[in-house]
Amino acid sequence: MTTLLEVDSISVSFDGFKAINNLSLTIPETGLRAIIGPNGAGKTTFMDIVTGKTRPDSGRVLWGQGGMDLVGMSESRIARLGLGRKFQRPTVFEAQTVAENLDMALRNARNPLAVLLARRTDGDRARIAALAEEIGLLHHLGRRAGELSHGQKQWLEIGMLLAQDPRLMLVDEPAAGMTVAEREHTTDLLRRAARTRAVVVVEHDMEFVRRLECRVTVLHEGRVLAEGSLDHVTGNQDVIDVYLGR
Amino acid sequence: MTTAPVPALRRRPILADNPSVLWALLVLAIVTLGVTVLAEGAGAGVISTSFVKTLGKTLCLCLAAVAMDVVWGYCGILSLGHMAFFGIGGYAVGQWLMTARTYDIVAQSLAGQPLPPTPRELDQAVATQIFGVVGSDHFPWIWAFSHSLPLQLLMVVLVPGLLAGVFGWLAFRSRVTGVYLSILTQGMTLALSLWLFQNDSGLRGNNGLSGLQNIPGLEGWGQDRISIAFFWASALALGLGYLLFAWLTSGRRGSVIRAIRDDEARVRFLGYGVEGTKLLVFTLTAVVAAIAGALYYPQAGIINPGEVAPLASIYLAVWVAIGGRGRLYGAALGAALVSLMSSWFTGGGVPDIPLGIYTVQWTDWWTVLLGLAFVAVTLLAPKGLGGLFDLMPRAPSRRQGDWGPDDGAWRNEEGEP
Amino acid sequence: MRIVLALIAALWASMASAQTLQDLLQADPEAISDPSRRTVGEVLDRLVASGLPEVPTFLERWQAKEVVQRQSDGLFFYGTKEGGGHVLFDVSSGEEVGHSGPREVDELRPNAGVRGVIGSALIQFQLSDPDIARRQAALDAIAKDPAPEQLEPLRASLEGEDDPGVLARKERLENLLAARFEADPEARIAAIEALGSDITVEARAVLNQILSSEPRAADAIPAEANVAWKLTPGSDELPREAAYVMLVEAGLAPPRVTENAIRDALVAALAGGKVGDAPVATLGSDEARHAAYDAIAPARGLPPRISEEEVDAALGSHAFWQDYAEKDAAITGAAERALASAVTRVSLYQAADIALDAISLASIYFLAAIGLAITFGVMGVINMAHGEFIMMGAYTGYVVQTLVPDYTLSLILALPLAFAVTFAAGVAMERLVIRHLAHRPLETLLATFGISIALQQIAKNIFGTQARPLTSPSWLDGAWIVNDVLGIAYIRIAIFVLALLFLGLLLFILNRTRLGLEVRAVTQNPGMAASMGIDPDRIAMLTFGLGSGIAGIAGVAIGLYAKVTSEMGSDYIVQSFMTVVVGGVGNVWGTLAGASLIGILQKGIEWFNPSNTLAAQTYMILFIIAFIQFRPRGIVAMKGRAAGA
Repeated sequence: MTTLLEVDSISVSFDGFKAINNLSLTIPETGLRAIIGPNGAGKTTFMDIVTGKTRPDSGRVLWGQGGMDLVGMSESRIARLGLGRKFQRPTVFEAQTVAENLDMALRNARNPLAVLLARRTDGDRARIAALAEEIGLLHHLGRRAGELSHGQKQWLEIGMLLAQDPRLMLVDEPAAGMTVAEREHTTDLLRRAARTRAVVVVEHDMEFVRRLECRVTVLHEGRVLAEGSLDHVTGNQDVIDVYLGR
Repeated sequence: MTTAPVPALRRRPILADNPSVLWALLVLAIVTLGVTVLAEGAGAGVISTSFVKTLGKTLCLCLAAVAMDVVWGYCGILSLGHMAFFGIGGYAVGQWLMTARTYDIVAQSLAGQPLPPTPRELDQAVATQIFGVVGSDHFPWIWAFSHSLPLQLLMVVLVPGLLAGVFGWLAFRSRVTGVYLSILTQGMTLALSLWLFQNDSGLRGNNGLSGLQNIPGLEGWGQDRISIAFFWASALALGLGYLLFAWLTSGRRGSVIRAIRDDEARVRFLGYGVEGTKLLVFTLTAVVAAIAGALYYPQAGIINPGEVAPLASIYLAVWVAIGGRGRLYGAALGAALVSLMSSWFTGGGVPDIPLGIYTVQWTDWWTVLLGLAFVAVTLLAPKGLGGLFDLMPRAPSRRQGDWGPDDGAWRNEEGEP
Repeated sequence: MRIVLALIAALWASMASAQTLQDLLQADPEAISDPSRRTVGEVLDRLVASGLPEVPTFLERWQAKEVVQRQSDGLFFYGTKEGGGHVLFDVSSGEEVGHSGPREVDELRPNAGVRGVIGSALIQFQLSDPDIARRQAALDAIAKDPAPEQLEPLRASLEGEDDPGVLARKERLENLLAARFEADPEARIAAIEALGSDITVEARAVLNQILSSEPRAADAIPAEANVAWKLTPGSDELPREAAYVMLVEAGLAPPRVTENAIRDALVAALAGGKVGDAPVATLGSDEARHAAYDAIAPARGLPPRISEEEVDAALGSHAFWQDYAEKDAAITGAAERALASAVTRVSLYQAADIALDAISLASIYFLAAIGLAITFGVMGVINMAHGEFIMMGAYTGYVVQTLVPDYTLSLILALPLAFAVTFAAGVAMERLVIRHLAHRPLETLLATFGISIALQQIAKNIFGTQARPLTSPSWLDGAWIVNDVLGIAYIRIAIFVLALLFLGLLLFILNRTRLGLEVRAVTQNPGMAASMGIDPDRIAMLTFGLGSGIAGIAGVAIGLYAKVTSEMGSDYIVQSFMTVVVGGVGNVWGTLAGASLIGILQKGIEWFNPSNTLAAQTYMILFIIAFIQFRPRGIVAMKGRAAGA
């Protein structure tokens, strides 16, 4: 399997605190990957670096077969390359309707002139309806996103991520605030998506990770502590020390 | 795939999506016709020529306010520089008006000479006439196109467009947002007005340009008919500007613009070029403001650097806020109401209030009242006057967008997407 | 001094036997009683040459119109009016010699020109006067109006001078006079070279005087000319037209026929709607007029037009140069070197002076902006009414001054009172308005703008539109002057000290007190601070009060050196914003850095273009906009996650 994303020994520090310390990681073209770790392990900072929000002090982030370096690119450029992100706190445009939120996220031309002259096509409408059905918001399309419940906002954001149709999905704590049934639905969705693309899930919740049945990377103090199946990493003495030792 | 007929996805023409556009244009048309019928220049003579001019100027201010609403209420950029673009438009058209008119006057006065004047003599006499007040007798380079109306009209669009483009590119590129950006635009406005105040800027320093109400080529018309013509032109510009901005703020482009206002970092992660969109909105609204200025100053008759000062741009923001930002008709309503009330109160139209020991003279106290009213509106009615329409029965619930960028701007300040 | 007295005594002894002063005066009484500016010099020379010790006294009293002439015998006396006549005193001994009745004596009233000549003759006596004040007055007189003949007396007086200050001054003046008037070229060059280390205006004036030059034109540069530098026609220094005019004035080229002259000639030749063969209507261009003029010129005896080629040829065949009035190249060379050296020193001092100015401007910006920076940093609020708080402070000072006439006392009262007034206003504004707009910074900006225009207009309604003075106590008047170039007003030093005081005070409050700890906590993480039991509302209120109070103090300070008007706030508000933006938010040092940068920048730009402060401000704002490109978060930016996106 070819590599989609290769993080090559990146480091970053804030005011002397090393948030990421010589971290290296590869993500293949397709499949699920879970990243776990205690608070302050550098999970969010890792995503910030990959998506271009934070610039690492050193190291490279290589993308695709050409090995394009993402460091220094703008967030929007990286997103256009096919890197989608769902945030920990649901971040949708609360003043706009569910339909508008999904419409904006749809994979379409992004240059300013095309956006200026864009019209919503029938294909777009069908896609929005399909996505809305998938995330259970079909009958809420005309409502403002701000009126939705927390869980619905989570769903909407997942829907927006799917609408972007990215090559790599970075999903930060997708299951927070969801019921058991919804969690199962989420797991299904992510696993289905991972058949055609790479999906990286950052999670706290071991149960959810177990259900994903995928390779797990454990981060601690900004570097990789262990990698492998969930059973493998939970058997690792270092991981036990970090998670349970204190 | 089951594509159930979802009402929210039904295809609708833009105007049906924004019924307020139709209403606004209708009101504008009725006002225009009404004023025309009642004016001295064209009909009953109930409305004086000077009041027609005041109304025409008000329409131009409404257009500037609508532009301001788009850049602030929709795109979240509190620009304190749009009246500067307005002023540049005025200066650009004023250069032609003043030059052409002075040429006419000078040619007339030289006609009595025994020899016909040479072009050089004519130029020099005109330049002395115009720039005598700043101690100069030749045209500065900045007047290079002033002999040509088409070129000078091009300048109305080009100069503010370039200025806004370069400034916006620099500011947005470095990701200056929120109050920082406002202060920066204010700095730009201050720099421009200080530059205009200098005599060697070539635009007659603090004298400004004057006599702009005399339109060369229309001497036979008389001010009453000219005022109606400009009133119509202003109304047409406002109507077209309103349509343009209604189009701009609708559909996906409108969604993206409002999304930038609410959370520009998130828009970036969707892959949209935030800087480009902001630059486009900033520049486009600047150009529209300049066009409004180009129509305003021939009706005002005089322009000086004080009109470009930062205060004017802040007032523009005040009008939009009072009218209700995030809705185009609100901005226009606010501008019309506040500017007309200002001229009513400060023009002595409102009787003073004797309080026994002290008489409240409105020429002195209007500004105080306006300031406090503005604070009250901001505190108690953040939706502005436009919010009243939401209280109407069967109020259109399709209006998109909330009343401000501030929640979003604050989220952005905190830096957590 | 003793030597001079001994000398004078010896002289007196030798001369007294020969002649008395009265004898001298009677030698040519007309010249004394009815002097003219032209003739008086001769008499004065004689009087001075006599060496009589009473001559200076006589000259002074003559100058003061206290000398009278008795009509009966033509003798001169000092006279003071008494009753209808005069009391007469002997001109030599000064003893009273009798009275005169009315109309028995004539009062001598030399005119102003004569008195001036007497005055300059007196200087040489005054230079050795025992009274130090008179010696200094004499030196002032020489410095004001130097003349060649003063050089020798000045030199003579050097030896007896015992006051070191006056001696130094005499030596400097001797040097200045020698540089200009010394006959011996070598001594003069030495004097000129000594001026190279002198940075006073006087010294540079002398050097410039020696180096005075004027433009000249000739077929070729004559051998005896002392050429300052060559001129090129058509350069900025000597435009083409001006060069040709020089040739015309030197009689080296015929004058050009101006366009106006052509027009007048054509008008004069106008007959029957035609000039020559050309119809009037065709004469609407320069070319047509030239042709018509050329056609009629020979017949009417008009001078021919000079073509551009002829002008070029004339300019090309002549030499233009700047010619020194002083013909000795060695002397002008020495003066040039001395001036260059002096100018270098002067520019060093000027740079120091600009630096002082910049520091004082920076102190003002710091005082004006620090309150704004604190509120912005802690609450994310831009207070547009901050400038009006400055104005309120200044008016508080003005009102206190009208109630307490003693300026020192009123200033001491005004500072805390201004702080109290604006502190209260700030707290009121925070409670009534800003608290209700939490987390809506742009709306806060606009609401405070509403307050700003209301306050400004209220001030206008109460105090009127004219500027009100805020007078500083007399001990703050004047300036600390190092030399002719370097100096600073005490009031500016006081403002600098005030700024330092507040810098120290703020650093103390923020870093050493409980309040400061809580403020810093709220600045860095409001949510966390609140959860730790800090009441953010209370902190916000106190911070806002503190920031506004400092604005009030700044208002008093600014009012002292500028005027108090209702619009003074808006003069400082944009600069204050810029200071905050450039410096970075939430940090006292950032504001200090921002204020320093803007102060130095503004003064620096003014140095390059001193005539135009408006342009300086324009360039400064443009610079700031460019600066933001490189440091969008200011000079002292918060780093890390707390700083946000």
